[in-house]
Amino acid sequence: MAVADMDIPAFDPRIPDGPLADKWQRHRAEVRLVSPTNKRRYRVIVVGSGLAGAAAAASLAELGYQVDCFTFHDSPRRAHSVAAQGGINAAKNYRNDGDSVERLFRDTLKGGDYRSREANVYRLAEISNQIIDHCVAQGIPFARDYAGYLDNRSFGGAQVARTFYARGQTGQQLLLGAYGALSRQIHGGQVRLHTRTEMLDLVVEDGRATGIISRRLTDGHIEHHGADAVVLASGGYSNIYYLSTNALASNVTATYRAYRRGAWFANPSFTQIHPTCIPAVEDHQSKLTLMSESLRNDGRIWVPQAMHEERRPAEIPEAERDYYLERMYPAYGNLSPRDISSRAAKSVCDQGRGVGPSGHGVYLDFAEAIGRLGRRVINDRYGNLFEMYQRITGEDPWHTPMRIYPAAHYSMGGLWVDYDLMTTVPGLFAIGEANFSDHGANRLGASALMQGLADGYFILPQTLGHFLAARPPLTADHNSAAGAEARAAVEARLARLVAVGGRTPVETFHRRLGELMWEHCGMSRSRAGLQQALVEIPALRDEFWSGICVCGGSAEFNVVLEKAGRVADYLEFAEVMVRDALEREESCGAHFRTEHQTADGEPRREDASFSHVAAWGFRGDGVAAQRAIEPLHFEHLQPAVRNYR
Amino acid sequence: MEFTLHIWRQHGAAEHGAFVTYPVRGISPDLSFLEMLDILNEELVGRGEAPIAFDHDCREGICGSCAMVINGDPHGPLPGTTTCQLYMRHFQNATDITVEPWRARAFPVLRDLIVDRSALDSVIQAGGYVSVNTGAAPDAHAITVAKQAADAAFEAAACIGCGACVAACPNGAAMLFTAAKVAQLAIMPQGRPERSRRVIGMVEAMDDAGFGNCTNHYACTEACPKQIPLRFIAQLNREFLSAALSSREFVELARPHAHEE
Ligand SMILES: Cc1cc2nc3c(=O)[nH]c(=O)nc-3n(C[C@H](O)[C@H](O)[C@H](O)COP(=O)(O)OP(=O)(O)OC[C@H]3O[C@@H](n4cnc5c(N)ncnc54)[C@H](O)[C@@H]3O)c2cc1C
Ligand code: SF4
Ligand code: FES
Repeated sequence: MAVADMDIPAFDPRIPDGPLADKWQRHRAEVRLVSPTNKRRYRVIVVGSGLAGAAAAASLAELGYQVDCFTFHDSPRRAHSVAAQGGINAAKNYRNDGDSVERLFRDTLKGGDYRSREANVYRLAEISNQIIDHCVAQGIPFARDYAGYLDNRSFGGAQVARTFYARGQTGQQLLLGAYGALSRQIHGGQVRLHTRTEMLDLVVEDGRATGIISRRLTDGHIEHHGADAVVLASGGYSNIYYLSTNALASNVTATYRAYRRGAWFANPSFTQIHPTCIPAVEDHQSKLTLMSESLRNDGRIWVPQAMHEERRPAEIPEAERDYYLERMYPAYGNLSPRDISSRAAKSVCDQGRGVGPSGHGVYLDFAEAIGRLGRRVINDRYGNLFEMYQRITGEDPWHTPMRIYPAAHYSMGGLWVDYDLMTTVPGLFAIGEANFSDHGANRLGASALMQGLADGYFILPQTLGHFLAARPPLTADHNSAAGAEARAAVEARLARLVAVGGRTPVETFHRRLGELMWEHCGMSRSRAGLQQALVEIPALRDEFWSGICVCGGSAEFNVVLEKAGRVADYLEFAEVMVRDALEREESCGAHFRTEHQTADGEPRREDASFSHVAAWGFRGDGVAAQRAIEPLHFEHLQPAVRNYR
Repeated sequence: MEFTLHIWRQHGAAEHGAFVTYPVRGISPDLSFLEMLDILNEELVGRGEAPIAFDHDCREGICGSCAMVINGDPHGPLPGTTTCQLYMRHFQNATDITVEPWRARAFPVLRDLIVDRSALDSVIQAGGYVSVNTGAAPDAHAITVAKQAADAAFEAAACIGCGACVAACPNGAAMLFTAAKVAQLAIMPQGRPERSRRVIGMVEAMDDAGFGNCTNHYACTEACPKQIPLRFIAQLNREFLSAALSSREFVELARPHAHEE
């Protein structure tokens, strides 16, 4: 592995010159183009078929590139994007409530606590409108008003209503739109689809990404696929916490393996904890279900004023309730951003005022809204979410307040990419939740769908051509040596997993890792706790490698082996996350270090020393990862203290 | 709670399968059906046995991965519910439960409870979309869509592609699944220009993929976890008929060998 002696990359984001508002248009006019007849001579691998991956694969194929699209799911439509409920932001200003590209840009930059790039965020806001146009043209049934125009709702961190939605199933509808576009290209032969096929390694040849090694899950067949460029759209890694809002198979393997091959990982510790999830009740619970943030438009969050309150919520009079978000953050109230709302919930529960059997819960109450708007309106807006809540908890939110608690939800961290979405490995691109992207230290609601689709439909198809145009198409047998090496490494690792032959379920290690990360690298982090984690993680990893059982071989459909490989990667990646959290001696967005807070418990940013992106490079097994920085420059908007009060 | 589970085990696509009986105890009523299987699987692994393979992912009823026939019903006894959203509180304590994979000609078993559902994808590939290229769209408000139409289209678009309708159908037909997509795009104005081509292509693909014919049993809609209404099947039939009567494809359809050279 040649990474150990590699130099530190320059981390030049290659942001185009010119005024902020003109950068993207100017860049589009200046990028190199591949001629229409040449495009079909280039092959592009897209790993992932979520919003980002499906949008990119379809759009690249429409342009004429040959595309191979990989997913470990049995169908592209099952990518975890399907679960997004609340909506997607765009600066359409259809409401005439003062929205604009500039305002969406400002809100997103501020929401991210000034830890993202101005130019990227501005471009995202600019493209947001085109996304809505495109998705409507795909026949997606967005919510409409009686005049037939698109309806909007508000999300946290915004004072305008700019969120477009399709009932509580926006992600599903957007994904089915992208899946349709992808299906059309599969039908036309422009995309080769590889379902139930998992990427296990990246092939890097002479410093350039030229392919991947994959495993066909149904029979364990290992294959090397070559390409002129590789795009990772593999989603987020929040289920490193075991209990999270992510799907159970979400994992870090694709990006972590790329990191081991020389792609630097940016801000790995920036993980978002979502304030409105159904609390855990059971030891064997496998997942925390999100209750869309949109519920906070009409639901009011409260806890009893008294500690260890025993009365049922209906018996607690108004005067004895604490609507703590409305009290602490009157300007945004129940729509305060996620990091702030999550920490506030934790702090009232830590005071002993939490509700429910575990004490880890707060009420989300619709009584007032039902009274004000009527049952029909509330049913229209949130009917399916109410039903989902009742299904899971057995309680009826029409009559008793929901109980919610924060849960791990989204990874702002991801592979470092430049303005063109290219990683530090030439030819390797990362899009969607897999890159470190535009959300800084905290993502605002309804902006991940926007970013995934902006990357996939509109940005990557332009910038990838710029990369390819400067290089002739590779021949089919171009990378046999590097490919053979990577393939052998994958096979050796699978054999090692099979050979352990212990008796402990892989699940047990995942659960223990999750508890450890939640405790030490979750909603609040301390130096001592993070240092403790750095001791515990390697110990757990050793136990894993002597204790697991994959119950079968690697040349068969083996679901335990799949999971074992993903958990093994989590056990290594966890250390990178913890180091990142430890080195960032400040609180910003979702990253809250107990040592860095104001007298009233608000996070304290340290702009003088940490106004940068932290990127981590692989230096070899058993060697600590190396940290480097990309300084952030704010020319348009000066970082201010985030104030939602 | 405790149960006696009879679960279909089949090592691979080419091998024979059989029911194997597993007792489980100490199951909390607040666990989901899949979480009960998780517990059983951890026990099996502890004994060095291969766990039961089943498809699942989101565990919140939206990805369409989970798929099991429970006591003869696809997704189990509760109407409008996916397997992952089924909680043990809905089962009678100390009873027998049989669990088997989707059974349909178009869905071969891959292992245990996992089947290959790519036939559903092939139906969508044959036309379940609007053929608009990225970048070509006009402003989103260029065309208004009546709220009733958007709501009706949404009702159809809510299909999660799980295949329970196929598993429930005595003929293994995919009518409800196909109808849902055809109807969504026939209702939305953006889908209208291609409606004839679409319905003919998708119905043909349905036949090619090995799905059976609809003989009006209506078991599909009962099994459907999203309760996709039957009226969409009627709409599919109307769409198909008018497309076949009016379109150029009809000519080709009537003379299937016209293109042979
Ligand atoms: C419950 C929930 C609700 C949400 N609600 C909202 C919302 O309302 N608004 C909003 O903006 N955002 C929301 N988000 C966030 C948003 O949904 C995600 O960030 C976004 O959809 C991620 O899309 P993606 O394309 O990057 O990845 P995903 O959709 O996760 O897709 C990942 C793809 O990569 C494939 N893959 C991964 N690794 C490999 C590998 N090694 N080999 C082969 N294939 C691989 C998978 O099979 C899959 O196809 C929500 C998230 C959750 C969890
Ligand atoms: S119609 Fe219903 S049962 Fe059939 S695939 Fe769709 S959601 Fe599943
Ligand atoms: S696991 Fe996703 S629908 Fe059941």
